Amino acid sequence: MRELVCIVCPIGCRLTIEMKAEGEISVTGNRCPKGDAYGREEMLAPKRVVTAVVRTDSRAFPYIPVRTDKPLPRELIPGLIGDLAQRLVHLPAVCGTVLIEDYRGSGVNVVTTRSLPPAGIPQTGGPGQKAEAEDRITSP
Amino acid sequence: MLEKTYDAVVIGCGAAGMAAALAVRAGGRTVAMVDRENFLGGILMQCIHNGFGIQEFGADLTGPEFAERLISKVLTSGIDVYLNATVLDISGEKPSLVVTACAKAHGVMRLGCRAVVLAMGCRERNRGNVAIAGTRPAGIFTAGLAQRLMNIDGYLPGRRVVMIGSGDIGLIMARRLTLVGAQVLAVVEIMPYPSGLARNISQCLNDFSIPLYISHVVSRITGRDRVDGVEVTPLVDGAPDYAKTFRLDCDTVLLSVGLIPENELSRKAGVPLADDTGGPSVDANLMSASPGIFACGNVLHVHDLVDYVAEEARRCGEAVNRYLSGENVRQFRLIAGANVRSVTPNFYAPQQENVLYLRSLIVKNDAVLSLQIGGVEFKKRKLPHVQPSEMIRLNLRPADFPALSDDAENCLEVAIR
Amino acid sequence: MFDVAIIGAGVTGAAIARRLSSFKLSVALLERRTDVSFGVSKANSGIIHAGFHHNPSTLKARLEVQGNFLFDRLKAELGFPFRRVGILVVAFSPEELKTVEALYMIGIANRVPQIEIVGRERILSLEPKLNGDVVGGLWAPTGGIVEPYRLVFALVENARANGVSLFTDWSVAAARRADDRWLLVSEKGETHEARRVVNAAGLYADEVSGIFGAEEFHIIPRKGEEFLLDKNAAGFPSHVIFPVPARNSKGVLVIPTVEGTMMVGPTAVEIEEKDDTGTTPENLDRVFSLAARMVPGISKRDIITSFAGLRPTLPGDDFFIDLSRKAPGLVQVAGIQSPGLTAAPAIAEYVKELLQKDGLDLTEKPDFVPTVGHSPKVVEMNFAELDELARRERAFAHIVCRCESVSEAEVVEAIHKGHISLDGIKFYTRAGMGRCQGGFCTYRILSIIARETGLPVEAITKRGKGSELVVGRIGEAPLTAQAAAGGATAPEGSGG
Repeated sequence: MRELVCIVCPIGCRLTIEMKAEGEISVTGNRCPKGDAYGREEMLAPKRVVTAVVRTDSRAFPYIPVRTDKPLPRELIPGLIGDLAQRLVHLPAVCGTVLIEDYRGSGVNVVTTRSLPPAGIPQTGGPGQKAEAEDRITSP
Repeated sequence: MLEKTYDAVVIGCGAAGMAAALAVRAGGRTVAMVDRENFLGGILMQCIHNGFGIQEFGADLTGPEFAERLISKVLTSGIDVYLNATVLDISGEKPSLVVTACAKAHGVMRLGCRAVVLAMGCRERNRGNVAIAGTRPAGIFTAGLAQRLMNIDGYLPGRRVVMIGSGDIGLIMARRLTLVGAQVLAVVEIMPYPSGLARNISQCLNDFSIPLYISHVVSRITGRDRVDGVEVTPLVDGAPDYAKTFRLDCDTVLLSVGLIPENELSRKAGVPLADDTGGPSVDANLMSASPGIFACGNVLHVHDLVDYVAEEARRCGEAVNRYLSGENVRQFRLIAGANVRSVTPNFYAPQQENVLYLRSLIVKNDAVLSLQIGGVEFKKRKLPHVQPSEMIRLNLRPADFPALSDDAENCLEVAIR
Repeated sequence: MFDVAIIGAGVTGAAIARRLSSFKLSVALLERRTDVSFGVSKANSGIIHAGFHHNPSTLKARLEVQGNFLFDRLKAELGFPFRRVGILVVAFSPEELKTVEALYMIGIANRVPQIEIVGRERILSLEPKLNGDVVGGLWAPTGGIVEPYRLVFALVENARANGVSLFTDWSVAAARRADDRWLLVSEKGETHEARRVVNAAGLYADEVSGIFGAEEFHIIPRKGEEFLLDKNAAGFPSHVIFPVPARNSKGVLVIPTVEGTMMVGPTAVEIEEKDDTGTTPENLDRVFSLAARMVPGISKRDIITSFAGLRPTLPGDDFFIDLSRKAPGLVQVAGIQSPGLTAAPAIAEYVKELLQKDGLDLTEKPDFVPTVGHSPKVVEMNFAELDELARRERAFAHIVCRCESVSEAEVVEAIHKGHISLDGIKFYTRAGMGRCQGGFCTYRILSIIARETGLPVEAITKRGKGSELVVGRIGEAPLTAQAAAGGATAPEGSGG
C-alpha cells in the first residue's frame, strides 16, 4: 500500500494506492478521474512533465524555454536533460513548435513554450523601439 | 522628450498589466503599457515550469505559455507598448494624470492620461529583511534572482545549495537546480508545516530525495568570499535551540522567504497603502484613494495563482472603462474580522459583482467563512481547509446581499471561525 | 622607482596619496584587495566627529578637530556627499548629564567650535524624535555625516588624476632595503621600488611593520555591527544621536545617513580573526533596544540589511603616526580607528610634514587640479535635465537600478574607472544598495560588466577573486546522482 500526493492539479489529493491480488490496482482519495489515472501510472510507469531551457543563437534572448507536451517516463529524464544541453535553437521561434518529436520512442514531444524574435531584433509591439546592434551569436 | 496622450497608461507588462490593458482596450480606449524589461510577460517568462492556467484557460501551462496567450492578443490590439522603459513618476490630478518614464530609445517620456493602472508586481524579501547572522559572501541569492539567472540568462548560481523557505518558489527552484546538476542539500522551513503545495513537496523534493527540515531556521551563514556553509537550528516551542545546531557545507544559499508588493512609485505618488497587504487601499473598482489610479495583481496584494491575477486585472480594466465613462456606484467599507489577515478590496458595491480575496491568519480544517453587515451574518461558506499561504476567493453578487439602506454604514466584516 | 609608496588605499592612504599628489613627486598607492576602500573603510558609519570624545593630550584629538575643519573645503573640491547635520549626545539621568558635562569640557579643551550644553526643552526642540525622558545633553553643530566610499573614491580619483599610480590586488609580501630605497615584492612576485614608504595598512599595519623590520606592535581587530534601515522608517532623526559613551566605544548611535537611510550601531567587540566580519543574532536585539531607548519608533521591522566592520585598535587607543625609528624612510600610520575618517585630511597633512622632516623634497605642482569633475547622476536630476543629458548619451535614460535610480551610464562610468566588482560598482553608484538589495539589478549589472570588460560572467566577482557570483553556465554540469535517482521512485515524506 502506498500513500502519495496527486500532482495533476494544485489541489493535491492524498491518494492511497493498493496493489491487490492478480495485479489489480485500487486508487482511493482522488476527487476526479485524472487522479485515478495518475495513481495507477505512478505505480506502474511513473511519468513527469519536464521543463527546461535550451540555448539559442541570440544575445538578447540567449535561452528559450521548452517542455514535454505530455509526462515523460521518469527513467528518460536525465537523458533528455543531457540531450537538450547539446541543442541550439535558431530564432525566430514560435511558441508550441516541436523541437524533438517522439523522444526516444516515448510518444512525447519536446516543444518550445515561448515565441522569440530573430536574433538582432528586440521584441516589441509598439512605437519607436530601435534594434540593438548585432545580437546574433554565430558560434554555438 | 516624447509626449503622448492616452486614455489609460498601464505600468508593468506582466500578467496583471497585460490582462488589464486588454480589458481597457476592449472598451475602445487608447492604451499604453510600459515595462523595464525588453520583453512582455513579466515574471512569468522565468517561471518555465507548468501548473499555470487551469482556472483561466482550462489547460496545464508553463509560465511563458500562459503569458503567450496574453502577449499575442496585446501585440494585435493596437496597444502602444514601451519596453526597456522605466517609470520614474506619477503626477497630476484627476482628470489629467502624467506618467513620466525614461528609455534609451526616447529619452524622457511624458505620457498624459486619465487613468493609470499600477501593475508593477512585487519584490522578494531578502537576507537583510530576515536578519540572518553571519558573513556576507557571494553565493546568497533570493530564489527569484537565481531563477532569472538560470532560466533567462543561463547561469548556474552554485553547485551545493541550501534553500531557505518551503514556499512554491523555493520548491520549484529546488527541482530546477537538481535537474541542471546542482545538489540541493536541504530545504529549511521555519514553520511547523511546509508552505508550498503538497504536490510540489512531492514532485520537487520527494522525487529527488531532498530533505525538508520543518521548524528549523538557518541561524548563520559562513564563508568569507563565497558561502562555505550554513548553521541550521531547530525550533523548540518556537524558539531556537542553539545547542542542537548542525552545519551543512554548501556554496549557495537561496532565500524564498516572502514577497513584498513593489509600491515605491505608488508611495511617491501619494497613493495611500494598506498596512495589511502592503499594497494600495482600493475600492470595489480596484481604484485607489487617488482618483484615476487603479491597482491589480501582485502590486495590490501577493497572489498565489496567476489565474486570479489575470481575472483581477481584467475586472480592473473593466472598472477603468466604467470610470472613464463617468460611472459611479454606491460603495461601503469592507474590513477584515476575526482570523482574517487581510481582505481586498477595501470596499464593496452591492449593485455589482464583487470578488473578494482574503488570507487567513490561522491554519484550520472545517472552518467557516462568515460575512456580516452591521453585526448580522448574511452569508457563510464552508472552508474544508484554510491556511495563511492559500488565498481564499469569494464571489458576491447583488443577489447575495441583504437589503441595505443608503444612510447606514453597512460595513461588511469578513471573519473565519 | 617611486618617491613614495603608500601601502593601503583606505581613507587614510587615499587622503595621504591625494595630499602628496599636489607636489612634484611620483607616488604609488598599493592596495591588497580588488578595489579601494575594501578593507576597514568598507564598513564605516560615515560620521564626521566634532571632537569632544578624546583627551586633548592625544594625537587623535588634535587631528580629529583639524580634520573636521577641513571637510568643507574638501567637499567643495571633491564633491562627495557631506552634510553638517550636527551631533547630539543625550542624557537620561543626572549621572549621565555629569558625563555629558565632562565631554563638554573635553570639547572646550580641544577647541571645538559652537559646542554647548543644552537642557531638556532645547534638546527636544532640536530633535523632536527623542525619547521624552531625556533630561538634557550636548549639542555639537559641527558634527556631520558623509558617504565614506564616495569620499575614498573621490580622494583616489583626484590623486590619480594628478599622477598617483594605483595598484590593486597588490599585497606587500616582502621588503628589502638597498642603498636609499626599498624594494617591495608582492604576493604574486611583482616588484616596486620606492625611496620612502607609508604604512597605512589598516588591520595589517602590524604585519607590514614586521615586513620592514620596523616597530613591533599588535593590531587588535574590534568588530562593529551596523544595521541599515529603510528610508521610510519612522523615528528618523535629523541629527546624529549619541548616547553617553561606554568604556571602549562611543556607544550605539542612531545615524541619519547622507543618502537618506538610517543606521543603527555600531557595537564594539574585540575579536581575533582579521577576516571575521560576520554579524551575530545576539547583538541585534541589544542594539535595537539601546537605540530605541533614545529614539522611540526605531524598529527591527525596518531593517534592510546589516553588516559588520573591523577597526584596527592598538593598546592605548591612540593613533600611532610617526617616522619609524627602526626602518629608515618608513612612516607608520597605525591604529587608525575612530575618529579615523574625520581625521583623515589632517593625518594627510601630518604625514606630509613627517616625510618632509625625513628629507623628502616637496615642491608644489603648478598644474595640480584639486577638483574632480562632477559626474551626472540621474537621481539628482529633474526630468528636463535628464532629457537633455540623454540626448548626448542615451545610456543615462536606461535605468539599471530602479530602487536607487541609477542609470546604465553611471554603471559604465564606474567600470571605466576600474570598479569591476559588484561591490565596487555598488559603492560607487549605489546600484544594489536599495530596498531590493540587488534582486532586480544584479543580472543587468553582470551583463554590463561582461560587455564593457570582456570578462566572462563566471569571472565577475562580488569583491575580488574567490567571490565569483555564478559558477558556470547551465548545461555544462553533469546530473548529480540525486537527479539521476529522480528516475527511481522515492518514499514519501523525508527529513525534519
